[in-house]
Amino acid sequence: MKPQALVLQAHGTNRDLDVMDALTLAGADAVGVPLNELRAGKTLWTDFQLVVLPGGFSYADALGAGKLLAIDLRSYFADAIAAFVASGKPVIGICNGFQALVRAGILPGANVIASDRSERGNLPANRRLLRRNSAAPRNDMEVTLTFNAAGHFECRWVTLKAVSDTCLWTRGLDELITCPVAHGEGNFQTAHENGLTVLAANGQVALTYAHADGSPAGNSYPANPNGSVMDIAGLCNAAGNVLGLMPHPENHVHDYQHPRHTRGETGRSGLALFRNGVAYAEKL
Amino acid sequence: MPVQKFTVRFDRQDPRSASYLKEARALGFRALRGITVQDLYFLEGQLSQEICKQLALELLADPVAQSAAWTELPASPAPPRTDTVTVEVALRPGVTDPVAEQIVRAAHELGFDQVRRAATGLRFLLEGADQAEAEKLARRLLVNDVIQHWAIGAIEPSFPQESESSGKVESVPIRELADDELLAISSTRRAALDQAEMHAIQTYFRAEGRDPSDVEFETIAQTWSEHCVHKTFKALVTVADAVNGQPPALSGGEGSTVNSIIKTYLKSATEQIDAPWMLSAFVDNAGIIAFDDEYEVSFKVETHNHPSAIEPFGGANTGVGGVIRDVLGVSAKPIANTDVLCFGPQDLDPESLPDGVLHPRRIQSGVVSGVQDYGNKIGIPTVNGAILYDEGYTANPLVFCGCVGLAPRGKHVHTPHEGDRMIVLGGRTGRDGLRGATFSSMTMDAQTGEVAGASVQIGDPITEKGLIDVITRARDHGLYHAITDCGAGGLSSAAGEMASALGADIELACVRLKYPGLAPWEIWLSEAQERMVLAVPPDNVSALQELCNTFDTELTDIGVFSASGRLLVRHHGELVLDLDNEFLHEGLPQRKLNAIIEHSILDTSKSEYRLSNIDANEVLLQLLSHPNIASKAAVIRIYDHEVQGGTVVKPLTGVGGDAPSDAAVIKPVGTNGARGIVLSNGINPQYGKRDAYRMALAVVDEAVRNAVAVGADPQRIALLDNFCWGDPLRAETMGSLIEAARGCRDAALLNSAPFISGKDSLNNEYLGTDGRRHAIPPTLLISAIGLIDDVRQAITMDLKEAGDDVYLVGNFEPVFGGSHFSLVTARSSNESVPAVHGDSPKVYAALHRAMLDGLVRSAHDLSEGGLAVAAAEMCIGGRLGIKIESEAWDDHIRALFAETTGTLLVEVRPQDRDGFLARFDGLPALRIGTITREPFLSVLVHGVKVIHLALSDLIAAWEKPA
Repeated sequence: MKPQALVLQAHGTNRDLDVMDALTLAGADAVGVPLNELRAGKTLWTDFQLVVLPGGFSYADALGAGKLLAIDLRSYFADAIAAFVASGKPVIGICNGFQALVRAGILPGANVIASDRSERGNLPANRRLLRRNSAAPRNDMEVTLTFNAAGHFECRWVTLKAVSDTCLWTRGLDELITCPVAHGEGNFQTAHENGLTVLAANGQVALTYAHADGSPAGNSYPANPNGSVMDIAGLCNAAGNVLGLMPHPENHVHDYQHPRHTRGETGRSGLALFRNGVAYAEKL
Repeated sequence: MPVQKFTVRFDRQDPRSASYLKEARALGFRALRGITVQDLYFLEGQLSQEICKQLALELLADPVAQSAAWTELPASPAPPRTDTVTVEVALRPGVTDPVAEQIVRAAHELGFDQVRRAATGLRFLLEGADQAEAEKLARRLLVNDVIQHWAIGAIEPSFPQESESSGKVESVPIRELADDELLAISSTRRAALDQAEMHAIQTYFRAEGRDPSDVEFETIAQTWSEHCVHKTFKALVTVADAVNGQPPALSGGEGSTVNSIIKTYLKSATEQIDAPWMLSAFVDNAGIIAFDDEYEVSFKVETHNHPSAIEPFGGANTGVGGVIRDVLGVSAKPIANTDVLCFGPQDLDPESLPDGVLHPRRIQSGVVSGVQDYGNKIGIPTVNGAILYDEGYTANPLVFCGCVGLAPRGKHVHTPHEGDRMIVLGGRTGRDGLRGATFSSMTMDAQTGEVAGASVQIGDPITEKGLIDVITRARDHGLYHAITDCGAGGLSSAAGEMASALGADIELACVRLKYPGLAPWEIWLSEAQERMVLAVPPDNVSALQELCNTFDTELTDIGVFSASGRLLVRHHGELVLDLDNEFLHEGLPQRKLNAIIEHSILDTSKSEYRLSNIDANEVLLQLLSHPNIASKAAVIRIYDHEVQGGTVVKPLTGVGGDAPSDAAVIKPVGTNGARGIVLSNGINPQYGKRDAYRMALAVVDEAVRNAVAVGADPQRIALLDNFCWGDPLRAETMGSLIEAARGCRDAALLNSAPFISGKDSLNNEYLGTDGRRHAIPPTLLISAIGLIDDVRQAITMDLKEAGDDVYLVGNFEPVFGGSHFSLVTARSSNESVPAVHGDSPKVYAALHRAMLDGLVRSAHDLSEGGLAVAAAEMCIGGRLGIKIESEAWDDHIRALFAETTGTLLVEVRPQDRDGFLARFDGLPALRIGTITREPFLSVLVHGVKVIHLALSDLIAAWEKPA
């Protein structure tokens, strides 16, 4: 039986059909499920082997991209998501889905980064009191996806390099991935530099922005389109089953989607990522 | 109730600061050293310090990148900082503030039920400005008084005002009024009705034996507005020649009168062409053509000019939202957006602006942000468009918003049944957008911004996304009998139109309001966004309600369709409107207008230029840098053109992804096979200023040619017209309108391309305080929608390979009239604008055949800037050079820079030469050059090198608009 993939349709999700197309091509049964159906218990998380939080503008990005969807995830589905993640099943958050995973504390997940926030004025040193209805591991938002360095939304094709063998989604991807970004808040930053060291050491940096030849973007625009530190385009949890990424590999699963397909350049290089996730789910 | 004021600031540099500073400098504020932006949130409720802390961290700020501070109002004033002025801005009460709504909702979700109300604002810290400068900067850049209020220092929050509830209905006594008094009523109520129309209303109510209620009067004004009923395009026009006053010789034998421009020119062409694949033209909210046996494609283009002039962001934002609802109104899923924008010069001296006019830079940045905000958030790719600049658009920008929809064939229904419930879906109704329909039918003046403030709104794309989700599913389940969108005129227009064949009985008290206090006529006329009206059989309402629950969409039952032939509207049971459908929809007297046809500049003799001294290199670089021609990448890239995964030919193309595509190709996800949709446009106000008839022919040709260039089948292209003109009561304006419409008909017939939808926006004029009228150039946008059978055969304009040949196809008869050469060299020309050659459809058919046979590697149309610009753009696309050699051009400046219709440059492999030329048997196809690996564009005429420019210079010029 094909793995069942839950594609979460939140209030303002808009790349749900795109990723369902990609998942279908990768061999999954993709099911778009409105958030309210999950909330009402009409559909159960446990019926699925793979979960996708697709791109879009949940709640119109009010108060920061992904923020209000993250509150929904924590308010309504904290236990279900925690269980799904803990079971090792593949989860992917793309663009707005990535932003929500980060804001909900699901990414980078439970690897506590030493933090001394006492210098931050009104912000409390003890963030634990902020945990509400939250069984999901929270990392207290030590990382963020903030506004692009250029200060505006941008849609352009980028090159990605898979750099993590920890992540089940990117494991063994030798070929570069070509696909578009389309976001205004994708600038990955950490509160502390040692956070980066920890993430890198854990193999949690899954995808980085690169030049077309695969060399690191080196934070040069537009290869790195948003100013992300260390060219980070995608991040996974320590266990490697939850991936979040800003770019849209689901928009490069057909030859004709490549911006230079009329020049003979094709490749459908976004598909490999989904094949990895679906193949993993199939073996569960 | 206490109010806490939260200030959220970025710890690192705020990414908004740089662009504000850049804009401020461009507007002449050179002393300014920095602009820091901070977000303000005002939360009302009994909030402890601990709750405030948690709200700041959990909801209002990003703890990694931002810091938050809060204080209870009234706050003690902050100690003044030398050399820095603080400006705080907040929305006016009643202006939609979706963020504020989300704050309250999310705070409650987090368990902070103490939060009662919220409001948002912005704080600007202006470094290096004194107070006078700061005030000036606030007005010029930071604030729009139409929707915001502001202060130097701290601002008071503005929560939505809960005004007194008002069920008040006024009577409008008109039965006894004399002519001038009738006109005065029309004017004070901003109804834009003329004497004959006011008479018709008076006669009706005299027969009814009563005066109209304000609800009735406003409903009639809306239903009869230019915006809703297109009375100019349906008028009986008497036409005279400007020179002798005699009836002119119009090409269709109309004689001296034109009875309805729409019928005479646009519909007649469509009927004559009678294309079998055309499914619906001029009747629905959007035109519809067949895509394949399974699907149909709809297309609509609207303008939102007046609102965009006074509040650029909101105007463009709701323009996009409005046209998307047009497509939803034919039960289709929106799959692509187009946007064509016309602005004043970006470098205009701010001091030279008429009173009440925003600077063109502000208008552009606001409009572009508005388009971006709606299209990106709702998830529809913006794939085609254009941006044009002319001084004529300074006070009156044009914003054309288009939307394409896809639906299963035959699923769209449009006949309400007696007994159906009248259901409103989507957003709530507020005082927003009152009298928008009549406002857009008037000339603007310096007070317009103030008076019409209520006409402008901010959109809410996520609510409209919910409508898409609900309506496409309701369509598939057959839950409704008819559907229409709430646009200009609000419920009055939507419900009135839907009930026009039957009748309806409506209760306004059922309409869900954003806040109490609306008078019945305000509820009825409100143009609050994101609403659709459906006729739903009573048995289906609960199924529809369930869909709405799933997608967070509100459903309101406001009444019932009856068979009474009358429209009845009540407020808490009391009848406030009781009108006969026949009168409301057919009672409008036909307008009688006069037109004078002025002689166009039709000097066919070629200008005697002394062109030999002109440096062609310099001219080409100037042309590439001209704002109309130069790269629009900065705008295109902030639109999402990839969402939905079907953008096959993208707006920017080529090796570097930076060259301009001729048209967009879309492969709709979910359709079978390889077929795709082609979208293109044609527009040329420079031609419009000189010859409206030829302009129309030329822009239809441009739209068709652009579509063919990427691979569209020239036999299956449909057209949309959007006329933006000045005041039609001026006979010369009416004359050029008729000439343009005549050109549309002749062009449609020539190309066998039917019009399927159209829209006119008249009165695009601005009366300055100087007493002068500022009118726009006559502007006709033609949008084309075509089909390509296999998207994998799409052609892009970038050169593909060194060694290939470059052909010039089509009748090459370049002229300087209205050319961009004239603009950049400031050499006015007496020449006519380019004519359209009768052979052009044959040229397109031959080119298409060659494309299908795989003989074409790249193709690009010749447009503004002529052959040289087209060749340069192809070089940029392929990062290759072209060497052009000609022994035939005696006047090489004319050949390189003058403008034509009907011609393209085409790349062909040397070995395909014979096959290619065979397909152009008897048609003009001339090999003019070769593609070179050396990155230079060079042109040799009679052995003399007249152009030799490095690719890097071409790119630099093109990417840096002058």
